[in-house]
Amino acid sequence: MTNSLYEELLWLPPIPADFSKRLERADTLQELQELAKHRVDESQLNKLARKLKALLQQATPAAPLATMRLGVISNANTQLIAPALIGTALRYGICLEVIEAEFNQVAQEAFSEQSAFAGGTLDVSLLCLDHRGLPLVPSPGNKAAANACLDSCFSYISSVVSAIRKKTHADVILQNIAPQDERIAGSFETRLAGTMSWLITRLNTQIADAGLDDALILDIAGLAATVGLGDWHDPTAWNVAKLPFAPIFIPIYADYVCRILAAKIGKNRRCLILDLDNTLWGGVIGDDGLEGIVLGNGDPTGEAHLAIQRAALELRDRGIVLAVCSKNEDISARQPFQSHPEMLLKEDDIAVFQANWHDKASNIRAIAEALSLGLDSCVFLDDNPAERMQVRRELPEVAVPELPDDPAYFAKTLLAAGYFDAIKFSEEDRQRSAFYRDNARRAEISSQYSDLNGYLAALNMEITIAPFDATGRTRIAQLIAKSNQFNLTTKRYSQNEVQELQENPDYLTLQIRLKDALGDNGMISVVICKKNSDVWEIDTWLMSCRVLGRRVEEAVLQHLVSAAGAAGAKQILGTFIATPRNMIVKDHYKKLGFTAAARGASQQTWILNIADYQPASLPMKFVNAV
Amino acid sequence: MTHDEAAALLTTIFRDVLDDDHIVLNDETTANDIEGWDSLSHIRLIVAIEKKFRIRFSASEVSSLRNVGEMLDLIIRKSAAA
Repeated sequence: MTNSLYEELLWLPPIPADFSKRLERADTLQELQELAKHRVDESQLNKLARKLKALLQQATPAAPLATMRLGVISNANTQLIAPALIGTALRYGICLEVIEAEFNQVAQEAFSEQSAFAGGTLDVSLLCLDHRGLPLVPSPGNKAAANACLDSCFSYISSVVSAIRKKTHADVILQNIAPQDERIAGSFETRLAGTMSWLITRLNTQIADAGLDDALILDIAGLAATVGLGDWHDPTAWNVAKLPFAPIFIPIYADYVCRILAAKIGKNRRCLILDLDNTLWGGVIGDDGLEGIVLGNGDPTGEAHLAIQRAALELRDRGIVLAVCSKNEDISARQPFQSHPEMLLKEDDIAVFQANWHDKASNIRAIAEALSLGLDSCVFLDDNPAERMQVRRELPEVAVPELPDDPAYFAKTLLAAGYFDAIKFSEEDRQRSAFYRDNARRAEISSQYSDLNGYLAALNMEITIAPFDATGRTRIAQLIAKSNQFNLTTKRYSQNEVQELQENPDYLTLQIRLKDALGDNGMISVVICKKNSDVWEIDTWLMSCRVLGRRVEEAVLQHLVSAAGAAGAKQILGTFIATPRNMIVKDHYKKLGFTAAARGASQQTWILNIADYQPASLPMKFVNAV
Repeated sequence: MTHDEAAALLTTIFRDVLDDDHIVLNDETTANDIEGWDSLSHIRLIVAIEKKFRIRFSASEVSSLRNVGEMLDLIIRKSAAA
């Protein structure tokens, strides 16, 4: 079971009987995306990639899929990997173009002027080095030689990464090194300096610890260990075709890469919606009662369900929002959370609790709405195949993992799917669940006030507006990568570029934090503005949807206008670039009193004359605004 | 497994991997006779055959197979041994 879980992507539903027919008939990219959400093997991924190419040649629009250009550099054969990446990216809503460097031209690609990657047209490059492409020379028992070898490998890797970064201006995904399964000294290799496993383990630690120009790490060492190093390494495949690992693992490898690509553009999942009966506990609370449900240590089924709760809690601590969607009476559904001694999850851990007799798709829609999250941010975990099918059919954007019958494998399967893969972690992640829970309470307060201003005044908001700084950088980059809805231009900047903007005197950068009576919302908005002498141009304006309707944007504009006015500017220019996901800010500038300057189908520009601007009185306190 | 049984399964694999439902195989068929049977799809075919018949080919076998007949002989021999 475990082996095929990863090899065959068992969390995805099986290939439908009419797969080939649907593939042949597909005339939109969304149809391909739906097909890619099944247990496709390498050959089917290749067909998806071919079909995608054909559709694009017929000028089929890529939207609503995101487009990305990925450069692949390797010292192994990537000809099977490239189409698999394209096919897999569809699963994540990405229309991917792959540019492969010549086989085994790592150094040439990195250091020469003539390079397939020069010219700054790539969004990301993937550097796949395996141990055969590194100056890894074992020297068992000779610590000095071992350390020298380690140094030369590491400096080679870091110089390649920074050369590629400099050349492409794009993020680099650096693959770490899969350890060897072949050992000359057995268990002792881990302690004997200079053996292959000693070298690779230390090299991987160095790669992880060094920032390496903020390279994103593709943890192939972890993947190979997960599927089994003995199976991962396939000497025949290397000898015959220079394939870097056994080709049966190409689909999971490609999925690992695409999870990072998805996370980079904010397409990783943020909310886990849990069914209750036979998912969080064994049995049916409405029928079996508090004493009858199976949960807790001492019973194999009870322990399996505890493991799911533990996984959910760990995800929550990492910033994943938890919700409940169950067909139950609300009172009985809440009972275990309130009074079952073995329950790990408490009511406070759940941001939205939907227990009623409506269909699950409607309830999931309600949860997403209550959390201001897109459906494509949600994962739904349910033991019942019929419910899974209904939700998949009604809400294709929601990820619904297939689960085996044995609940012992529920947590493993959920986590194997990698829905929540992250590329960054910030303090806000740790606190996010609390934000959402507080938000649900704010919604309660709001229902007690008939007018909005009364409600906002009762919140006692404090806003802090400050320029970018090193402390805020991770969160700033994260907001830039993840915000899709309240985002006027959806421009993405890497952490390096964020730093460059911070240091560039031609730009005004703002990070905005909001506190209120119910808690600290943390950093919730980012603005980047080009300071020309007469007209300041807003390059980026984004905000977290959890503070919608709090008049934060008016406060930000007030700050912006006073900064521009003080610098002698006459006008502020705002741009709106439409995407399938940011319709919520279509009238942003209009609402703020800008007038339309140019209106295209997908792009509009708006102008505000600073002389005409009337600051409104806002229901919040400005704190040490700089 | 008989020669015909193996040939039928192999035809399914060829049609699937090379995405061509009109492929007809006989013992003399070589890579030159079939459009799309290049070195890359040869690897894909080998992977699919190994999976379907639960066998493994050695490096020299992968690179020395000259026609479908030799491929079938090898599959039948290896399947019997497995």
